[in-house]
Amino acid sequence: MPAYFPMTLNIEKIRNDFPILERETANGRRVIYLDSTATSQKPVQVIEAMNDYYRRSNANIHRGVHTLAEEATSLYEGARERIAKFINASSSREIIYTRNTTESINLVAYSWARANLKAGDLVILTEMEHHSNLVPWHMLQAERGIELEFIPVTEDGLLDLEAFKALLNRTPKLVSFTHMSNVLGTINPAGEIIKLAHAAGALTLVDGAQSVPHLTVDVQALDADFYAFSAHKMCGPTGIGVLYGKTSLLEAMPPFLGGGDMIKEVKLRSFRPNTLPHKFEAGTPAIAEAVGFGAAVDYLTQIGMDDIAAHEHEITEYALERLEEVPGVKLFGPPAEKKGGVAAFTLEGVHPHDVAQILDQDGIAVRAGHHCAQPLHEKFGIPATSRASFYLYSTKEEVDLLVQGLYKVKEMFG
Amino acid sequence: MDDLYREVIIEHYKNPSYRGKLDPHDISFADNNPLCGDHIQIDLRVDGNGIVTEAMFSGHGCAISQASADLLMESIIGKPLEDVKKLNKQDILDLLGIDLGPVRLKCALLSLKVLKAGVYGLGEASDSLVE
Repeated sequence: MPAYFPMTLNIEKIRNDFPILERETANGRRVIYLDSTATSQKPVQVIEAMNDYYRRSNANIHRGVHTLAEEATSLYEGARERIAKFINASSSREIIYTRNTTESINLVAYSWARANLKAGDLVILTEMEHHSNLVPWHMLQAERGIELEFIPVTEDGLLDLEAFKALLNRTPKLVSFTHMSNVLGTINPAGEIIKLAHAAGALTLVDGAQSVPHLTVDVQALDADFYAFSAHKMCGPTGIGVLYGKTSLLEAMPPFLGGGDMIKEVKLRSFRPNTLPHKFEAGTPAIAEAVGFGAAVDYLTQIGMDDIAAHEHEITEYALERLEEVPGVKLFGPPAEKKGGVAAFTLEGVHPHDVAQILDQDGIAVRAGHHCAQPLHEKFGIPATSRASFYLYSTKEEVDLLVQGLYKVKEMFG
Repeated sequence: MDDLYREVIIEHYKNPSYRGKLDPHDISFADNNPLCGDHIQIDLRVDGNGIVTEAMFSGHGCAISQASADLLMESIIGKPLEDVKKLNKQDILDLLGIDLGPVRLKCALLSLKVLKAGVYGLGEASDSLVE
């Protein structure tokens, strides 16, 4: 029997793990959750792990010597080890807890970039970035006078790698890009981009907010220098994310936030920073959330990331096919084989907000707006899109209900 | 909830009476809803007594934002600017005849924010103008 084949997911069993999928919306309809790209739902395994932590083990970490403090510390650090394994980091010291992907990117922008970039230095981004990988660099540009260039997005929603190669002749210091677009769904060839960037002497920062929840990610195989992601998009809680960084880079970087836990020694007029990863974790962290993050990683590992990716691919393929049948629907992004479980679309003559609102009357949750990627929408000449997105608990029946809902929208606005 | 797309709203969205621009104008202001990128511009003509004689809106947005802009333009023509300054959230909800959740409320109130920022000569259409 092959080690891996599609449709191995026991969807019924998986859906039972997510209590929220049982709830009804205002009109007595079962919720059809098609907004996992914004945030995923949480399985009981994660909810219970956090609950147990507060019921049994709650204490502050690292300094206490009593039983609860020991237990809290080992839960917090144990989660870090499993997260490191999940993305194949070479050591858990390379896993810095942050609040979310945004904070991880800001950590690189504040600590590494402010120590290493000067006026005129080039940072390459892409036209499909989330605002979280644009604004920190805009801010640095205003402060330092660094230069920004953007890998263009083609009509079919892919990165123009030839244009990227031309940009590399200008010897950038950093290439920072999304592994998977939160609007187009495009899965970018991260390994190739990193290789090209390294050959040009640049470091790389990958926004993995959408990739780590949906694909098998191996930071060592990718040879990424920095890699950022959030727990809440991968079955974990809000309020915690990770910055992965290569040890040598993290060790050379100045601390980001100052305070307790990030220090080795403090005098009245000076301090010595702590070792990794604590150097970057000032103050009492999100302990219960780290515990939940660890449980989320366990949950995904136990189901299997390859099977999850295969399931989402099947749903996405079906969704694109069904949506294309609806007259007036225009889809954005590449075909199913080049993208993750995201379908961004417009419906002719109806604003995306209205689409989302009318779908909501039938309990269908999609996102409408520019999805924190305003420049990308400008590129395609539209103010906003509606976006349906899928995860391990999504079903074809839900796609059918979405399509049915769109016909209802057309009828109302017809 | 079905009330949200009452006929009057769909009608004002599809066939607005006050869509367009005024050139020349006495007051003109435009701003965005940062949540969704909706954009509204409002142009006014005002007579010597401070009475709004003409009002038009332009831009793009959802049915709620466009219908509320159209209804708002209709309601302020013939009114003194001093009265326009007093308009608030409840006036818009009364015009629309519906209740809205916090997200869609932003869509509905965009035109009033833009209008009041223009009348007050402010640089930005902020939430505090309509609360």
